Amino acid sequence: MDVMPKWADVVLVPLISLLLAFAISALVILGIGKDPVEAVKLMVTGAFGSTYGWGYTLFYATNFIFTGLAFAVASHASLFNIGSEGQATLGGLGVALVCLALPWPHWALALPAAMIGGALFGAAWAFLPAWLQAKRGSHIVITTIMFNFIGAAVLNYMLVNVLRPEGSQDPASANFPPGTNLPTLHEILGVFGIPFSKAAPVNVSFLIALLACVLVWLLIWRTRFGFELRAFGKSESAAVYAGISPARIIIVAMLISGGLSGLMAINNVMGEAERLVLNSVEGAGFIGIAVALMGRNHPVGVALAALLFGFLYQGGAELALWMSIPRELIVVIQGLVILFTGALDNMVRMPIEKLFLAMRRSAKAGE
Amino acid sequence: MKDLADNSGQPSGAMPDAPPAIELRGISKAFGPVQANKDISLSVAKGAIHGIIGENGAGKSTLMSILYGFYKADAGEILINGAPTDIPDSQAAIAAGIGMVFQHFKLVENFSVLENVVLGAEDGALLRTTMSKARKHLTEIAEEYEMNVDPDALIEEIGVGMQQRVEILKSLYRHADILILDEPTGVLTPAEADHLFRILRGLKDEGKTIILITHKLREIMEVTDTVSVMRRGEMTATVKTAETSPEELAELMVGRKVLLRVDKKPAQPGETILKVSDLRVVDDDNVERLKGVSLQVRAGEILGIAGVAGNGQSELLNVLGGITRATGSVQVNGQEIDLTGKHSDGRSRRERGISHVPEDRQRAGLIMDFSAWENIVFGYQWDPACNNGMLMDNDGIRRETAGKMERFDVRPPDCYLAAKSFSGGNQQKIVLAREIERNPDLLLVGQPTRGVDIGAIEFIHQRIIELRDAGKAILLVSVELDEIMGLSDRIAVMFDGRIMGERLPGETDERELGLLMAGVTSGEGAA
Repeated sequence: MDVMPKWADVVLVPLISLLLAFAISALVILGIGKDPVEAVKLMVTGAFGSTYGWGYTLFYATNFIFTGLAFAVASHASLFNIGSEGQATLGGLGVALVCLALPWPHWALALPAAMIGGALFGAAWAFLPAWLQAKRGSHIVITTIMFNFIGAAVLNYMLVNVLRPEGSQDPASANFPPGTNLPTLHEILGVFGIPFSKAAPVNVSFLIALLACVLVWLLIWRTRFGFELRAFGKSESAAVYAGISPARIIIVAMLISGGLSGLMAINNVMGEAERLVLNSVEGAGFIGIAVALMGRNHPVGVALAALLFGFLYQGGAELALWMSIPRELIVVIQGLVILFTGALDNMVRMPIEKLFLAMRRSAKAGE
Repeated sequence: MKDLADNSGQPSGAMPDAPPAIELRGISKAFGPVQANKDISLSVAKGAIHGIIGENGAGKSTLMSILYGFYKADAGEILINGAPTDIPDSQAAIAAGIGMVFQHFKLVENFSVLENVVLGAEDGALLRTTMSKARKHLTEIAEEYEMNVDPDALIEEIGVGMQQRVEILKSLYRHADILILDEPTGVLTPAEADHLFRILRGLKDEGKTIILITHKLREIMEVTDTVSVMRRGEMTATVKTAETSPEELAELMVGRKVLLRVDKKPAQPGETILKVSDLRVVDDDNVERLKGVSLQVRAGEILGIAGVAGNGQSELLNVLGGITRATGSVQVNGQEIDLTGKHSDGRSRRERGISHVPEDRQRAGLIMDFSAWENIVFGYQWDPACNNGMLMDNDGIRRETAGKMERFDVRPPDCYLAAKSFSGGNQQKIVLAREIERNPDLLLVGQPTRGVDIGAIEFIHQRIIELRDAGKAILLVSVELDEIMGLSDRIAVMFDGRIMGERLPGETDERELGLLMAGVTSGEGAA
């Protein structure tokens, strides 16, 4: 019998963790002499008060959904893929190469091709660490971290020496041809006559991210491979007994994880920047870890946690803009949220479990 | 509740007025919602051998862990020699004169016997003075209790029986007057177990008090003065051993009448299903674990492999089950099985009609975090019958699971419950339901009743016999000699990676098998 009802596990615990994180954030804001209530108001209106705010929140959330799903898939196989950042960086390169390769006539043709390019490059960047883990036992945490650095260096080299248009001083690729520009939510909703901010970068990739949630859910809980992946993640010795090849699971899980990370590039590279720039991932790969932890590695949880972090990003940016709260403090708040929802999960969970236990006992005693 | 016999358990030679060596009053301990010990009172007289018997999960180990300071009781009192004693940690237990010999020895493999005995009881910062004193003291103790050990032998180089003696010496070196032994015979051959019992009787004669925790009725009957029975966290009875019987104890343990003997008709063996020739396994450390094993199992018969744990039985099962690579030849239904290729794995074996109930159901047979229905399909998830095209047919599997859980009497019959939430016996029934209902040609079974309550043992044995009677070949590996004797139609004894010999259960006895298990063939005579 489980100690807690499921709703307490998936809703109550993260919620209380979040409130604790916010409470401490409020103390910090008080400590630097600002008004936390006003700060919260600003963040909420900044992120959700206008379609412009929503547009940015959802844009960030799209990135985090992809990297969150990437981490979650690997996590179900007990693999700690910390290399989303590098895989998304390489995914950006794949997307850029596809977009620049042809004078694409229409985005509907360019997008699938770019998705394949991004996913392939992301997966390829995950392959070597996966292979080393499967065949040589090199720990995936170490190798994927290293590959983040190598990925950044590769991007740097490619931008400076290969993709930079002649005469440009900027380490960035040329602008993608207009045929690759993705429709924004403004354009999509416009078809139905719903007004939406024109300036916000959220685009069709958001819908693809949601679709990815559904597909990942199917993969993990409805397919043979997902079953084997979860079995391996829970008990390698049992998986071997059942005839499941650990090497195969490790490699395929990491390819899927890397592919999902790489897919993120259709949002930030193809959808927003419309060219490839340095450091385009901006830490979304690492945020994905927190998103997956908070979302309990479940696609629905990942989507919700991604929305929360999208809010923190967008609301935080507004805060820095209007309240002369330094930008670094936003990072502090995000850090607190990650700390409480991810790393300190048990700190909240244990007392709540005890509470439920005591409640059940007294209920029994009352019978 | 059974009428309590004289609770003080007076042994021969004890002073009638002396306070009991150990007295527990109203000990309770809960882990979350599980009440592991419920208001337990126990009194063990000085100089007695007291048995505590009960099924797995009855609370024996919890009770002893409280006595040894690993857990703190929620309520209750411990009295040592009549004085209330607080035991917050194992240091306090040792100071109170309590020594514990764990089921899994706590010895440093590459230390000598002497170093292990001294470890944690050094006199000062310099080892040298301690060691020479310790050597003298250890020799004295060993002589006093007639336990010969070489103080300079390395632990990894001596046998398990000897290692156990070192554990006992460790306690005696720390001046233990009360010795607790937790399932001490699990790793011993019958001869080694007999030797242990002789040592225990010797200790008793010297006035030591001994608590023996076991689930084997035979040992209780053989060596104890008094015995307490635990069931579901409660002490259900304390009786004098001389005044009880195995049947009565079994009934007290389970709470109902139990069949201790396996009921079966003579085997009707058919053609050979499994033919193993010259099987060899070399492990990662380059040690040869199987040294040319050959055997055959026919349809409709059970071949039992007897032996002390660690003599190659696990490797044999793992090779046949596709987990370990090997050289040699294995034929099933006359067809050669690939033992080394890329596709030599558990799945290829299952496709050839081999089902495998592994020795360790928690590490191999089940995914403890998976629900019952996920575990029922585990290992067969590739079967088209479990799938609808791309996706798994989860609803269909759940329907199947409900039927299997009912037929194998898995309780509670909730297919969404995680495997870890079932008791050991019910976990084993889930594994058996999965493997037996595949209707295999050959069933490999390892330790089918390890950690399984007596009530479930009866059921599991019946199911294995039923499969035999349905004309299937069964290879049974067990360290429980009773189980081997009761179930097998033929018995092969393994020692040091070899088959020492084959016997028919009607024409052999525990003594002969025990000698074979110790590597002594009849020509060499008894040691």
